[in-house]
Amino acid sequence: MSGVFIQESSPHLMPGNSVERMMRHVLYALVPGYLVCVVIFGWGVIINAVIATVTALGCEALMLYWRKRPVGRFLSDHSAVVTALLLAICLPPLAPWWLTVLATGFAIVVAKHLYGGLGYNPFNPAMIGYVVAIISFPREMTLWVMPLAEQPLSLLQSLQYQLGGSLPAGLSIDAITAATPLDAIKQALGRSLTIHELGGQRVFGLFGGNGWEWISLAFLAGGVWLLITRTIRWQIPVAMLGGMALMALLFQFIDADQYPSPLFHLFTGGTMLGAFFIATDPVTASTTPRGRIIYGAGIGIITWIIRTWGGYPDGVAFSVLLMNMAVPTIDYYTRPRVYGEKGRGE
Amino acid sequence: MSLLHPGTVGHFHGGLKLERHKRESCDRPIGTCPLADELTLPLQQHIGEPAEPLVRVGDQVRKGQMIARASDYVSAPVHAPTSGTVTRIEALMVPHPSGLSAPCIVIEPDGEDRWIDELPVVNDYRSLDPSALRNRIREAGIVGLGGAGFPSYIKLNPGRAGQIDTLILNAAECEPWITCDDRLIRERAGRIVAGAEIMIHALQARQCVIGIEDEMHEAIAALRQAVEGTGIEVIPVPTRYPAGGEKQLIQVLTGLEVPVNGLPLDIGITCHNVGTAAAIADAVHEGRPLISRIVTVTGQVGEPRNLDTLIGTPVRTLIEHCGGYAGTPGRLIMGGPMMGFTLRNDTVPVIKTTNCLLVMDPPARHETPMPCIRCGECATVCPARLLPQQLYWYAHAKNFDRIQDYDLFECIECGCCAHVCPSHIPLVQYYRYAKTEIWNMEREKERADLARERHEFRLERLEREKREREERMRKKKEALSKSNKGKDDPKKAAIEAALKRVREKQARAAQGSDKENDA
Repeated sequence: MSGVFIQESSPHLMPGNSVERMMRHVLYALVPGYLVCVVIFGWGVIINAVIATVTALGCEALMLYWRKRPVGRFLSDHSAVVTALLLAICLPPLAPWWLTVLATGFAIVVAKHLYGGLGYNPFNPAMIGYVVAIISFPREMTLWVMPLAEQPLSLLQSLQYQLGGSLPAGLSIDAITAATPLDAIKQALGRSLTIHELGGQRVFGLFGGNGWEWISLAFLAGGVWLLITRTIRWQIPVAMLGGMALMALLFQFIDADQYPSPLFHLFTGGTMLGAFFIATDPVTASTTPRGRIIYGAGIGIITWIIRTWGGYPDGVAFSVLLMNMAVPTIDYYTRPRVYGEKGRGE
Repeated sequence: MSLLHPGTVGHFHGGLKLERHKRESCDRPIGTCPLADELTLPLQQHIGEPAEPLVRVGDQVRKGQMIARASDYVSAPVHAPTSGTVTRIEALMVPHPSGLSAPCIVIEPDGEDRWIDELPVVNDYRSLDPSALRNRIREAGIVGLGGAGFPSYIKLNPGRAGQIDTLILNAAECEPWITCDDRLIRERAGRIVAGAEIMIHALQARQCVIGIEDEMHEAIAALRQAVEGTGIEVIPVPTRYPAGGEKQLIQVLTGLEVPVNGLPLDIGITCHNVGTAAAIADAVHEGRPLISRIVTVTGQVGEPRNLDTLIGTPVRTLIEHCGGYAGTPGRLIMGGPMMGFTLRNDTVPVIKTTNCLLVMDPPARHETPMPCIRCGECATVCPARLLPQQLYWYAHAKNFDRIQDYDLFECIECGCCAHVCPSHIPLVQYYRYAKTEIWNMEREKERADLARERHEFRLERLEREKREREERMRKKKEALSKSNKGKDDPKKAAIEAALKRVREKQARAAQGSDKENDA
């Protein structure tokens, strides 16, 4: 054979990784966290996830079509599903359907595609969606289901409430909802109670937030799997958890009655989800090894500050967005020292 | 000064653990490639200026005869690989990533393989001045056989006395599939060590180490046996691509880094390939110029193996001698799968830098790349510790100033970044494009500067000529007016005197009439 051979640029080996594979890994890693959430908060979690996924895929397809991008190729990268599932898990388990649709639609259409689509969005789309929802509809966003309720709503009852707003006869919304541990602490400290006095109010579980500690453990397990499969790198989660723990430890040491322990902070609210699944979104995070440590630590510290002194019970979403803003600067000042170069940091 | 940490080796940043595929071609001994009907010898098989032909069409040449001479300091001569007739000297397709044609000398062998009458053997190289020894190596047309093809004699220049501390021989054949150095070491370790001793003398180096990948067990054993009693050290290094990159090997062996924009020479090191060492031994001890080399023929061929091949042999001859194409050949690569380049067809010749011919499947479905998701995997594996994602961003945006701030020119084009990229972006292609554009811009700027200088010089010359002309005119006028002044004076005086007389006469006449009126 002396015919013409195929011309191409080196390297000639097939790459082993793909965007689709990375996103699929993230989806697998979300499974344990989702399962525990369903056990603790009921069917609403699944309903939210389904509504969000359908909305995300629909918006993604529409935007790709409008932007004249190959719809099939980009839909199959699973990035829209990842955004949907990360956002859905942050919403209250009995959120009305329109809230989920609105938040997800905003995340995909505005935060992702209006900034240029996959790879070009400066802010984490799921967190933008969440922040839009919590700023616009604070009441709906703080109605959390009581963890491990004695008589949880059935699938049908959940659907009726989320789609139609009607509860079964004889059941009031107050009977099935409860403040989240972070919310409860915020309110209690506002009433000059001490952490110690809160002990009996089902706020604390064995080591973290009541019910939330198991969810956090499940997300931690998924995150460790992501680390093992090298889908994410260790710097951001370790720095975020470390930054938060350090702040909590410092202030607990100053006044244990006013400031909850590091363990409580790590195993409640969105800490574990944020550390392994949200802050590690490659598109919006810092890309240099040192930059990732600064970025992660910044999120951990700001989250703790918002939880402690801010106006919102949890602060993961705000701190992720704040650090997203700082990424170009962080990346610029943390460039690694090039081989053979003297004088720039390692 | 001791550069080496005894008993330990360092590491380099990033890199990849790749499937090696060495067994395919390495289990068979080196064969000899049959004589082809026609040998095509490009005048440029090295980095630098092309060689200048010394023969004409129709000339009879003997094996080992110099047929083109080095045209510059950075250049290398070309020798006839066998005896025969020069049939053509013209631009032909050469093995180069560009796929372009370049001037070549074509020899039709007479089949007698007659050597030139007297081979320039050096009997005792130790008695020879290092510079004379380097000249012998230059005249033998030896260039780096590892792939780059830089004229070897230049890298054997010791600079000022004692500048070279360590000679490193690179036996870390880190790209998958390639085994020509491995086989050479196993079968001809003595030649390599003989070449190393010549190089030590030429460089006046204090020590010599051979860096070799730790999975090349048989080669390590062969080298260790060959270096016994010579003081040369064999150091296995971790098998990790690109361990055989010059900068990476230096870092692993010595813990030192070649400075940015610098040379290994700056830290007292010079690095040569083991194949080059063997070629130098042949040139000095036997007077044999570089007219053949060992080429790995592997991948989708009937019987992968290494072949001792005359330079200029068409690629097709080697493939045929190795059982022809097998399986589904789609890509014909000269070099390895990470840094080699694809050939359009198999009629191009083997040249001095051809270490491997790899036949691969057609690439899997060619998709358009996805956008960069900034995952940073490329930075994790980059042996130069660059930020490939930033380089890509600036190359894509054609921001050629910024891309140089991010040290584009420290990129060794090893391909690690592109191999791990989840978006399948052809990163190396972008870097090559940016480098080429910057080189073009610099050349363009140089040309423009030259043109501007010429233009300014011309303007200045015109201005000067104009000034000189005016000066001459002025002087002429001045001279003219001076001489005129001298001539006019008596006339003017006469006229003025006449006028004066007239005025006096009139005055007197007026006085006279006044008196008459008074009377």
